[in-house]
Amino acid sequence: MNGVHDLGGMHGLGRVDVEGNEPVFHNPWEKVVFGTMVATLGQGMYNLDEFRHGIEVMGPAHYLTSSYYEHWLETIEKNLIEKGVMDRDELDARTQEFLKDPDAPVAQREDPELADSLSQLVRAGASSRREVSVRPQFEVGDRVRTRNVHPRGHTRLPQYVRDKQGVVERVYDAFVLPDANAHGEGENPQYVYCVRFDAEEMWGDSAEPREVVYVDLWESYLEPL
Amino acid sequence: MSDSYPASEAEIAARAKAIESLLVEKGLIGTDAIDKVAGAYESDIGPMVGARVVARAWSDPGFKEQLLEDASAVCAQLDVGGMQGEHMVAVENSEQVHNVVVCTLCSCYPWPVLGLPPNWYKYPQYRSRAVMEPRKLLKEEFGLDVDESVDIRVWDSVAEIRYLVLPERPEGTEGLSEDELASLVTRDSMIGVGEPRTPEG
Repeated sequence: MNGVHDLGGMHGLGRVDVEGNEPVFHNPWEKVVFGTMVATLGQGMYNLDEFRHGIEVMGPAHYLTSSYYEHWLETIEKNLIEKGVMDRDELDARTQEFLKDPDAPVAQREDPELADSLSQLVRAGASSRREVSVRPQFEVGDRVRTRNVHPRGHTRLPQYVRDKQGVVERVYDAFVLPDANAHGEGENPQYVYCVRFDAEEMWGDSAEPREVVYVDLWESYLEPL
Repeated sequence: MSDSYPASEAEIAARAKAIESLLVEKGLIGTDAIDKVAGAYESDIGPMVGARVVARAWSDPGFKEQLLEDASAVCAQLDVGGMQGEHMVAVENSEQVHNVVVCTLCSCYPWPVLGLPPNWYKYPQYRSRAVMEPRKLLKEEFGLDVDESVDIRVWDSVAEIRYLVLPERPEGTEGLSEDELASLVTRDSMIGVGEPRTPEG
């Protein structure tokens, strides 16, 4: 979707705020949100593409005025509700309880087996690479053009690089297609290519000299030139 | 709860606890799992891991060659890998080339070697400018002056490949041990927004 999350080339967003000696988590709730994400995604309650899309559908003003882990909280809530893991009413009621009594503890529950399997997941990862029986359509050195498409759903083809000419720099393996997987349409794995674009192709006279941008793109985002 | 914003810190904290407590009650997660997976990124998964990889590449030309060929495979040999780094690629800085990494769509970042990303990497300011005016961005926001004669390569990691910048080995580091070299490698130098420290500091 042409959402506010798709930020490449936008102006006017201000200075980069670099925090010295930044902690991994700024407060306890960020740590809870992070761990909850790994635990719920890791158990397959939703997939990574649904997770990302849940952030993209936040209102633009909300997206820009909320913190990173608030984005995560939004999409975790949305996905768990959509998947029927919990409903909005019970979540709101429980939130009210903790608002009234912020220091109320969360009931502890130990599940060493789950803790171990999730730790294992963190160490081993969960690849979205898939075997496919077809050959890649493009090879290194091929000139390609990105499609001029504006899907309303999830996509990983950024706006700044649509309808642009580039050259295939690397051919990667096939990976789950986010555009399908975010919307319950299956994995539809496709080859991913690292495509090189000269800065002038995107930015014209505003391009900086001696700059190239590499973007990793799924096969269906590209057409031959 | 989520239709008014900006939400207060108190509301966010309450929402986080609400989700956690409901999942616990439903028997779907353990509080120990949350502590364990999040805690891993506070203790042993962070830029010190990537620094070890870079220091090895600086010390061992064969390892460096393998790293540039297949970063995931050689990192696995060092027991380095995992979530958000299932497919890693190392890109090498040189006198002619400077690499910098961004994710314009969200916050993709090689967790196994760098840990979780700093806020600036995840926020709109960096993400919007890195692909359009990287040289200006690096100079103005990070104090990194990339000479006009040097090519800038920006890697917008919007798929599932994660990029690690292999910075140039600083001068005056001949004879340093791998551990000493690793201490010079900064997180920022592996994203491409900084340079490694020099032995003098």
